[in-house]
Amino acid sequence: MAEKMTKYYVPDSSPWPLSASIGLFLIAIGGANFIQQSTEFGQNTLRNTGTWGQYPLILGALWLIAVLFFWWRDTIRESVNGLHSDQLGGSYRQGMIWFIFSEVMFFGALFGALFYTRWLIIPWLGGEGSNAMTHEILWPDFQAIWPLTTAPDGRTTQVMGAWGLPAINTAILIVSSITLTIAHHALVAGERGKLILFQGLTIVLGLIFLSLQALEYVHAYDMGLTLDAGMYGSLFFFLTGFHGIHVTLGTIMLIVMFFRILKGHFSKENHFAYEATAWYWHFVDIVWLFLFVVVYWL
Amino acid sequence: MTAVAAHDHHDDHHHAPHGLKRWLFSTNHKDIGTLYLWFSFAMFMVGGLMALVIRAELMYPGMQVVDPEFFNQMTTVHGLIMVFGAVMPATVGLANWMIPLMIGAPDMALPRMNNWSFWILPFAFTILIGSVLMSAFAEGNPSAPNFGWTFYAPLSTTYGPASTDLFILSVHMMGISSIMGAINVIVTVLNMRAPGMTLMKMPLFVWTWLITAFLLVAVMPVLAGAVTMMLTDRHFGTSFFDAAGGGDPVLFQHIFWFFGHPEVYIMILPSFGIVSAIIPTFARKPLFGYASMVYATASIALLSFVVWAHHMFTVGMPLAGMLFFMYMTMLISVPTGVKVFNWVATMWRGSITFELPMKWALAFVILFTCGGLSGLMLAITPADFQYHDTYFVVAHFHYVLVSGAIFSIFAAAYYWLPKWSGVMPNTFLGELHFWNSLLSVNLLFFPMHFVGLAGMPRRYADYALQFADYNWWISIGAFWFGISQLIFVAVCVLCAMKKGEKAPASPWEGAEGLEWTVPSPAPFHTFDTPPVVK
Repeated sequence: MAEKMTKYYVPDSSPWPLSASIGLFLIAIGGANFIQQSTEFGQNTLRNTGTWGQYPLILGALWLIAVLFFWWRDTIRESVNGLHSDQLGGSYRQGMIWFIFSEVMFFGALFGALFYTRWLIIPWLGGEGSNAMTHEILWPDFQAIWPLTTAPDGRTTQVMGAWGLPAINTAILIVSSITLTIAHHALVAGERGKLILFQGLTIVLGLIFLSLQALEYVHAYDMGLTLDAGMYGSLFFFLTGFHGIHVTLGTIMLIVMFFRILKGHFSKENHFAYEATAWYWHFVDIVWLFLFVVVYWL
Repeated sequence: MTAVAAHDHHDDHHHAPHGLKRWLFSTNHKDIGTLYLWFSFAMFMVGGLMALVIRAELMYPGMQVVDPEFFNQMTTVHGLIMVFGAVMPATVGLANWMIPLMIGAPDMALPRMNNWSFWILPFAFTILIGSVLMSAFAEGNPSAPNFGWTFYAPLSTTYGPASTDLFILSVHMMGISSIMGAINVIVTVLNMRAPGMTLMKMPLFVWTWLITAFLLVAVMPVLAGAVTMMLTDRHFGTSFFDAAGGGDPVLFQHIFWFFGHPEVYIMILPSFGIVSAIIPTFARKPLFGYASMVYATASIALLSFVVWAHHMFTVGMPLAGMLFFMYMTMLISVPTGVKVFNWVATMWRGSITFELPMKWALAFVILFTCGGLSGLMLAITPADFQYHDTYFVVAHFHYVLVSGAIFSIFAAAYYWLPKWSGVMPNTFLGELHFWNSLLSVNLLFFPMHFVGLAGMPRRYADYALQFADYNWWISIGAFWFGISQLIFVAVCVLCAMKKGEKAPASPWEGAEGLEWTVPSPAPFHTFDTPPVVK
């Protein structure tokens, strides 16, 4: 135990954290300005006339990607050179678990908003509890039904059914979790061909999922299910959209892992990045299952 | 990056890097802790100046100093800076400095991420403070955030100024920083303890920070969700906080306070740990009821997830909901009472001396308890209908945050400055700082209870004439307290310049713990080889 502790690797000073902060700063100021010039705005404020937001936004995003590339390049070199002890691997693994926990809480907030809407807001707007006068005076024609096809102010929308594309997508994600697990086992067993095959298959499934999701969004907009179609549209696009962003990130991670496999970075014992990617993918998968049940199905 | 070459011994790490690079590119928990502490102190001063603008306006009834729009921006940004810029980074700074020293670890578990957690903050606060400077000096005076630190919808959505979008993205940055910092603390505590340092042997400061970090990882993402919904409500037509589309402004309050209530424990739990370190030292007795302290801290943390709507009693909730949140809130006084009892029991028949850290810790115990008791009054739903959004609430949370959290941070600074700097803090200046702060903080906040109970609402730039006398005294207390903090600047600068009596490795008789086994000032690297804890 003591022998391992003495080898805990404390890296030299590094320029990447500060550089990454600069990237975030550029994204924040650019993003705020860009959003303001391209969209509608609050009631009593002047419309922003700035036109420069996109430049810091794009520069910041590219800058951040480059910084993360160099940062992780350093980490990978340290790992390949054997500077990482088992204890450091433990730190990475625990860190990843808590990061995923924070993501769970983020989705928890979104699901919480969904349940609060279905169980409280909609019945109250319909006059339940002590809200009879709210209903009578504000929107007497409002019908408290879920999915909310007609918002209190009269905006209408269509409902996305569960048993078309969403059901196919559910199957795809479940299968991708299985292929990823097969790939992971192949990595541990040292079967390189099988690993590459099933890793590639998982990536393809992820890409198919994303394509079908894009197709579904086009379909949704065609039938009037939009982001500004009232609370049903808001929740639908927030939950599926943030899930989609996570699948995109997960797919990028899987692709990076694919190239790292080809470069021979991973061994039976030392493949934290691969493990973390797999955990992340399974997490995204589980979020989808909840989402399928409460957003599409019930 | 030549250091990536494989080598088993790392003697070449032992020289400290110099100059600007040392601070900008640091991977050293002590340097990063120092950065956090200086940054939080700077933010404390900036947020304090804003508080003085508020108090200058409120010194007399009527409008004198600023216009009401700017007053609203001051109350908003004062709150945001003090919560996210002063108290939280200060306790993270203490965690960075002390946790590796207390558990015998060579550094934080993830040193580069540690540096990232810090360096996000100056940029995030540049954005926030920048919007205030714009409001004060730029052409057309574009408003800074003006909706209160709780940024309730629709004030922050439909009616929010243009700077709200910058505010939202700076909150995202602070969230990223907090989550990474918290993950680092959890992993350090769970994975980096020296052999023999079992969980139930850890100093209580480490325990309270472990639980604080858990709360941070759990609720900062919820805040991120809330501000993201704000952003899309403002710009992309979503209806989360708009009843006309089937949403509800009250939904914002639920999500915000689901974050916000654990957040207040995030600010106070590390203080519990600090006081639990200091009182045994100067009472020269082991902490009374160590295990019950750990369980009490965990109970407070878990309860903090089911009390949030006590901030919303007057918003219109079902009666059953109000009763649930009232009883849950009152339950919190049980573990908190355990803590106060244990601190008092630790001092019972101890041989107490009253050095500076002990003075601050005792002031904390008494004044924090005052704040806790007024919190209990606020928890009573029917009574809260009278107190809600009055100065009574302002008095309550300033007692727990200023004479609570910030006093404990001062206690920690006086206690550990010898370890950080190698010199003892100047006693004369320290006494001056303590007594002036103690008297002024009570003059500042105690009369707020009275004007609040009499019905003076918070967040207004003006008030009815009958509140004039108390408000004059409150403002005198505010300026007195503000000026007193300049003494602490002097104390810190003297320590940083190494001016003062040289500190031994363990300057406090009766102090226990691994941090006192290393020299003062603590060398750049400590516990490269972990100590063995019996």
